[in-house]
Amino acid sequence: MPALITGLFAEPWVLTLLKVIAVFAVVMPMVAYSVVAERRISAWIQDRIGPNRVGIPFTSIKLLGLGQPLADGLKALVKEDFTPAHVRKVFYWMAPAVAMVPSFVVLAVLPFGSMLGAQKMVIADLDVGILFTFGIVSLGVYGVVLAGYASNSKYPFLGGIRSTAQMISYEIAMGLAVVPVFMLAADPAWQAELIDKSTAWSKYIKDTGLLNLSNVIAYQHESILDWLMFKQPIAFAIFLIAIFAETNRLPFDLPESETELVAGYNTEYSSMSFALFFMGEYAAMIAGSALMVVLFCGGWTLPFGEFFNTPAQSLGQGLVHIGVFIAKIAMFLVLMIWIRWMLPRFRYDQLMNIGWKRFLPLSLANIIFTAIVLWVLHS
Amino acid sequence: MEGTLFNIFAGLTLLSALMVAANPFSRNPVTSAMFLVTTMISISGLFVLLGAYFLAAVQILVYAGAVMVLFLFVIMLLDLREAARRKLNLISLTMGIIAVGALFLVYKSSLESTYGEVPQQHEVAANTAQAEVNPTKLVGSTRALGQALFSKDNGFILPFEMVSILLLVAMVGVILLSRKEPR
Repeated sequence: MPALITGLFAEPWVLTLLKVIAVFAVVMPMVAYSVVAERRISAWIQDRIGPNRVGIPFTSIKLLGLGQPLADGLKALVKEDFTPAHVRKVFYWMAPAVAMVPSFVVLAVLPFGSMLGAQKMVIADLDVGILFTFGIVSLGVYGVVLAGYASNSKYPFLGGIRSTAQMISYEIAMGLAVVPVFMLAADPAWQAELIDKSTAWSKYIKDTGLLNLSNVIAYQHESILDWLMFKQPIAFAIFLIAIFAETNRLPFDLPESETELVAGYNTEYSSMSFALFFMGEYAAMIAGSALMVVLFCGGWTLPFGEFFNTPAQSLGQGLVHIGVFIAKIAMFLVLMIWIRWMLPRFRYDQLMNIGWKRFLPLSLANIIFTAIVLWVLHS
Repeated sequence: MEGTLFNIFAGLTLLSALMVAANPFSRNPVTSAMFLVTTMISISGLFVLLGAYFLAAVQILVYAGAVMVLFLFVIMLLDLREAARRKLNLISLTMGIIAVGALFLVYKSSLESTYGEVPQQHEVAANTAQAEVNPTKLVGSTRALGQALFSKDNGFILPFEMVSILLLVAMVGVILLSRKEPR
């Protein structure tokens, strides 16, 4: 029997499957609890109390309302899933799934920890990690567009149209903002030096391509000043704001602005299919935050000495690194929720002006500036 | 494993490409556009099987993510009711299939005249083994691709820049043509 188990673990797909299940098992509760966090934080900001009653079912233990996701999920499941008569059925059923999937696929290439045993904590260690990420993020728009089109009514349609234009505009700025990050991080010189210097790091980043995301983490491990959010503040600012636009969060939630479009693209949806859109939004927030943590905030490293900033040698250290990564994501989630309840929505022309006339030139200028600085430093 | 995956992706590519042009169930332009998206994604799967990861990622990023979204945008804005009512034309369908078959025959005979006959499985395997000896030279490596495109000596810098300028000219032209009041 043990021979069978060790033989099974020697198969690469078994470990990959385990990692997929583990990531899913961590992200789904994160989605549920970011909804609770959203409701509680919004309540505090508006001087209300928020959902604090639901604890463990059938007992009087309240747990600060941490049982709320259970109640929400149950409600979504048992409500009637009403399909309006005028919708385009196939697309109507497809759209919620399409909205949900890309955010989870993005997580496949993000290194969420250092090592557990001999396993690198990333599901697919792609050499073109960053390009893959952007490719999948750009597919995220289909869920919203299809929902708007399939609903076959005016408000969802307007929401879908707005979302298309907005996401395409901000994807460009986002993609260009990341270029300077890789101009700094994708440098074979420091990589070779690091591989020579430290065996732990050499095991972690050896044979990875230069566009690989674990390289970006390795680049930032030394001190907090190496974090790319300090080295590339303009790129970080543009990227952060573009993530808000990509996830349709306030101040960029024009696709579902409730004062003009009822609820935008998900107006015609009810019960679980609405819940899928809702969860998709939070999953996209988690994926976006994870991307920001990896690219700009040092990933799973903390600049507090060996234990935190070298790939793990023991199981405990590996688990701590994963915990650090999740904590950093949680901080970004809180930031996004906080901003949502503090700022009013942009007007649509302002949104387009910011995207095309401010961010695009600014990110191009940032690329050229970084190139000049690197050129001066190297010559 | 790779053979199976190739068959799956190639089959998906062909099937969804057929559905773009001649979908018997729906003449809706949006359905066609969505099948074009699946075609693009399956093609990028084929690129992955060839080891061209960069091309695969860019295929999804540019075609599936940007170009097709704009297509959908335009289709939805124009609201092509008439195109949806149009029936599948049997004559043009058969003509299309004949044209594709003829192209396939031309391709096959040109392959045969170059290599003698269609390369067999073991020859392909031998070529792959040869390629594995020197993995850094693989086409898929992003660095190799970048150097091939941008190096001055034997690279493709001139054609690359010319294509870029062509695209720029097209873009400026579109902006000029779509101005409301002509100068």
